Amino acid sequence: MNHSISLTVNGARRDFVLDDPRVTLLDLLRERLHLTGTKKGCDRGQCGACTILVDGKRINSCLALAVSHDGADILTIEGVARGDQLHPVQAAFIAHDGFQCGFCTPGQIMSAIGMMQEAQAGNDPERIRECMSGNLCRCGAYAGIVDAVLEAQAGADETNQRRSA
Amino acid sequence: MKQFDYVRPATVAEAVAAAAQPGATYLAAGTNLLDLMKGNVSRPDRLVDVTHLDGLDGIEHLADGSLRIGALVSNADLAHDAEFAKTYPAVAEALLSGASAQLRNAATVGGNLLQRTRCAYFYDTASRCNKREPGSGCDARDGENRTHAVLGWSESCIATHPSDFCVPLLALDAIIEIEGPKGRREIALDELHRLPGNTPERESALEPGDLIVAVRLPPAARGFAAHARYLKVRERTSYAFAIVSAAAALRIENGKIAEARLALGGVAAKPWRARAAEDVLKGVAPTADAFQEAAWRALTDAKPSGDNAYKIELARRIVVRALTLAAAGTPARIPALPASPFASTSGAIHA
Repeated sequence: MNHSISLTVNGARRDFVLDDPRVTLLDLLRERLHLTGTKKGCDRGQCGACTILVDGKRINSCLALAVSHDGADILTIEGVARGDQLHPVQAAFIAHDGFQCGFCTPGQIMSAIGMMQEAQAGNDPERIRECMSGNLCRCGAYAGIVDAVLEAQAGADETNQRRSA
Repeated sequence: MKQFDYVRPATVAEAVAAAAQPGATYLAAGTNLLDLMKGNVSRPDRLVDVTHLDGLDGIEHLADGSLRIGALVSNADLAHDAEFAKTYPAVAEALLSGASAQLRNAATVGGNLLQRTRCAYFYDTASRCNKREPGSGCDARDGENRTHAVLGWSESCIATHPSDFCVPLLALDAIIEIEGPKGRREIALDELHRLPGNTPERESALEPGDLIVAVRLPPAARGFAAHARYLKVRERTSYAFAIVSAAAALRIENGKIAEARLALGGVAAKPWRARAAEDVLKGVAPTADAFQEAAWRALTDAKPSGDNAYKIELARRIVVRALTLAAAGTPARIPALPASPFASTSGAIHA
């Protein structure tokens, strides 16, 4: 039986007919939309390489059935920059060497963006490490990742202050 | 992954009817179920998706002082609800000590209760497992079993229940609201999960079609907010299941314990309430000696199921420390490393 679903992916509405309900959001993004920035690492919810935002919240796209997410608003790594202007978290990862091989990086960045929206960690490195524990980096670039998130958070705090001033 | 039919019912009644059929399973976030299906450990014929049902994602304060948590509330939304975290701090701390932020954003309250054991032999379809395949045997019994059960286990199964959330919920006498083919009913959380006995494949009191629609915390659960902690020992500081955990909640009046609540995680096929320990704490001063006595009573019936005798002593110590930290007072904010016994904490003298 076919299932029709609609998603908003990086701001654009996309309609799909799924002939198999087993398709995950991860496979849909990679295989049907060719948005291969979202990575398949473990495919079992353990590594965080597949992290995307669904309705503003970071989740593991490998453990989400596409058919169950009919109507969802999805943001992937391909949708965070504005043209040539990098997202502040992307820029901070470059500035602080928050990666080595780069495979986990899209998931790290999406997770960091989600984490900053959750507003639970603030600028406390210990809380940032805890809140980012769902993203593994086999190269061990964690020190740079935490520094990048701290800088991005500081920038966001400054922007918020300016707005409220 | 095996093929399955996908159905998305419009009402709870339709969902119950669809899930009462043989081979059907409810799908909520799927963070555990999909993992199990990818490994061919779970092989449902039909998934009944309840995530689009209305009315199951609210947190309600009832007139009698109870709190009713809809089964589809996410683990993260519940833990980050400021009022909830203030009133039931040990539950919030337990939630935040479980899984990762991504998983907590997706995973639901109902799904958390019904997550399956992380026993490696249950996950490995090449191994014998009485839970996965009744009557096939238990390869954990003579295998790598240092994290397995020390309470309530049987020769058929030595698996543990992995939930953190359930442990303080049990200590606070949570009630489970169920909608089933015969209508609505409710049971104590303590009656939801079963010990293995000779039928480890029967993990809960739920019958085919039964849907958990809400978890309720009774009015008395509010009385422990000032002295409640959840502590969890794991093999890495974050994003790991408990080897042993404990939820301790005290009501202290005039320097004495008016009422104590204690439950353990990671030690049995169900979250484990330690009533004998609670009894010994009633009416006494919160002293190290009293906590030692309580810890001893909590583990009286414990016995190793393999290379895990250390878990019994570890459980005693984590009980003492959880009680000690609870007596010192609930921290104003959940620590940066939730439930970590190694985190710096204010004021408490560690056991």
